[in-house]
Amino acid sequence: MRAARGQTIAAHGALLLYTVIALFPVFVILINSFKTRKAIFREPLALPDPESFSLIGYQTVLKQGDFFLYFQNSMIVTVASLFFILLFGAMAAFALAEYRFRGNMLMGLYLALGIMIPIRIGTVAILEMMVATGLVNTLWALVLVYTAQGLPLAVFILSEFMRQVSDDLKNAGRVDGLSEYRIFFRLVLPLVRPAMATVAVFNMIPIWNDLWFPLILAPAEEVKTLTLGSQVFIGQFVTDWNAVLSALSLAILPVMALYMVFSRQLIRGITSGAVK
Amino acid sequence: MTALVLEGVSKSFGKTQVLHDISLTVEDGEFVVFVGPSGCGKSTLLRIIAGLDTATQGRVLIGGQDVTDVPPAKRGIAMVFQSYALYPHLNVRGNMALGLRQENQSKAVIDRRVSKASAMLSLDDFLARRPAELSGGQRQRVAIGRAIVREPKLFLFDEPLSNLDAALRVNTRVEIADLHRSLSASMVYVTHDQTEAMTLADRIVVLRDGHVEQIGTPMELYNNPINRFVAGFLGAPSMNFLERSVDVPTGAVLGIRPEHLRLQDGGQTAGTVTHVERLGGDTNLLVTTGAGERLVVRLFGQHAIEVGTEVGLGFDPADAFLFGADGARLPAAAG
Repeated sequence: MRAARGQTIAAHGALLLYTVIALFPVFVILINSFKTRKAIFREPLALPDPESFSLIGYQTVLKQGDFFLYFQNSMIVTVASLFFILLFGAMAAFALAEYRFRGNMLMGLYLALGIMIPIRIGTVAILEMMVATGLVNTLWALVLVYTAQGLPLAVFILSEFMRQVSDDLKNAGRVDGLSEYRIFFRLVLPLVRPAMATVAVFNMIPIWNDLWFPLILAPAEEVKTLTLGSQVFIGQFVTDWNAVLSALSLAILPVMALYMVFSRQLIRGITSGAVK
Repeated sequence: MTALVLEGVSKSFGKTQVLHDISLTVEDGEFVVFVGPSGCGKSTLLRIIAGLDTATQGRVLIGGQDVTDVPPAKRGIAMVFQSYALYPHLNVRGNMALGLRQENQSKAVIDRRVSKASAMLSLDDFLARRPAELSGGQRQRVAIGRAIVREPKLFLFDEPLSNLDAALRVNTRVEIADLHRSLSASMVYVTHDQTEAMTLADRIVVLRDGHVEQIGTPMELYNNPINRFVAGFLGAPSMNFLERSVDVPTGAVLGIRPEHLRLQDGGQTAGTVTHVERLGGDTNLLVTTGAGERLVVRLFGQHAIEVGTEVGLGFDPADAFLFGADGARLPAAAG
C-alpha cells in the first residue's frame, strides 16, 4: 500500500515535471506578448506589471487586417485535411483489415511506406504537378498535400484497430442486411473513435504549424496560412517581437479548441469501453 | 420441404482444405447440432450456410432454393453469435428491429413481432436499454430475440452459450429447447460441448478435420458409434479404451463406457484406485489397471472407497465396443 502510494507520487512528480518543461516556452510567449518591447528584452521571464503591460503586439497584429483571413485559411486547411485523412484513411484501413484479397499484404505495406519517406523530398515534383493542374495558390493544394502526408500513418494505426473490432458484430450486420457502407459508418467507425481521435491529434499540430508547403505552394496573400502570415513580422534586420509573440499566442487558441474536441472524443471512447 | 441441403460442400483457404465434400439434409422443424473439437470446421460450415463465407465447391439450398450465390440477408436465415454481437449504438428494441427495417417491413409488423419476441424472452422491461446496460444472459436473449423477429426459415446458432457461466448456460439451454418446440423452427447449432449437443439435438453431426464422421440421433451415436473418435467424443466422462488390460485381438482396442463398468471380484480386469471424485449423485473412480492403463468407473450413488483400494472390474460384453487400429469399429465385441 505504501509502496503503491510512493509510486503514485513518483509518477505524478514525473508527469508534473514534464508538464512544466513542456508548458514553459508557451508560458514565456504568453507573458511576453502582454509586455512592452523594452520590458521583453530587459526581463524576459518577468510577469507583466502595470508599468510593463502593453497590448501593442495584439494591436499591431489585429491592425494588420488580413490576420483573420490567415486564421480562416489555416482553419480550413487543417479541418479539411483532417476530414479527408480520417475518411480515406479509415476506408482504406477497413478494406485492408476486413477483406481478404490478392495483394492485401503488399497494399498494406505500400500504404505504410509513406511513414518512412518524408513527403518534403517530393516537393519539386509536387510543385510541378500543382502548376500543371493550376492548383498553385489555392487552399486545395495544401489540403491535398496534407491529406497525402497524413494517410500512411492513419491507415497503419486504424487498420490495426479495425482488426480488433468483433467479426461477429460485422457479420450480424450482414445477416441483418446492412450494406458494407453502413457496417463501416454505423458499426465500425464508432468503435474505433479513440483511434480516430489519436490520428487526428497526431496530424493536426504538424499541419497547423507547417511553414514549408504554404510558403512553396500557396504564398499568395489571400491563401496565406497563419504561420506564413506571421512571418511578415520577422524581418532580416528588425523583428517586431511584440507582434510575433502576440500572433503566436493567438495561433494557439484554435488548435487548442480543436484538441479539446478530439480529446473529449478520446476520453468518451475510452470510458465507453471501460463501463462495459 | 427440407430446411437445408448441403451438396458436396468443400472449402479451402489457400492450399489448406478445411471442409471435405460435406453433404447433409436438415428436415423442416429439425434441430441439428454440429459438434466437434475446435478447428474441425464446424464454424466455417455454419458461416458458409449463412453466406458469410463462400464454399470453394458445392451447393447450399435453404427452404428448397439454391442460395449458393445469395447474400446473407436474402437467404431467409437468422444467426445468433457467440459474442452476442449486439449493435452498441441501438437499444434493445432497435437491435431487434434493425433487420426488419432493412427488409422494409411496416411499422405495425415490426412492433408486433418485437413485442411478441420480447414477451417470449421476458425482455419487456429492457426494451429501452442499451446493450452495455444488460447482463450477459440478457444480452444473449436479445441476440436470440433479434433472430426470432426475422421469422427465418432457418436459425443458425454459433456456440451461443460459451460466453455464459455454468448455471446460466443450463437455463439458456432449456430456453433454446423451449424455443425450438414453441416455434417448431428448423435450427442448426454449432458447439464443441458434447452435453449441449446431446441435450438439444434431434440429430447430431460429428465433424473432425473437415470430414463428417457420423450423423444420427444422440442415442444412435451413443449406442452405436461408427468409430473410436465418435465413441470417445460423446458421453461424459468419456469412454475408456483398453488394449492390454483385457483380452482383445492383437491390434484391436476395446471401448467401454465408465457407466457400464461395475465393481466385481473376478471380473474381466482389475486395478488400483488412484483417485475418487465424489459428486453426491455419482462417484467416479480413476483406476490404474495391472497393465498400467488408466480408466474411469462411474458408480451411481455414494461409495466409501478409498484411494489405494484394489478393485476388480467387470462389464457386460454386450456394452463393449471393439475398434481396429485405425479407429474403425470392428463387428463384434470381445469379452
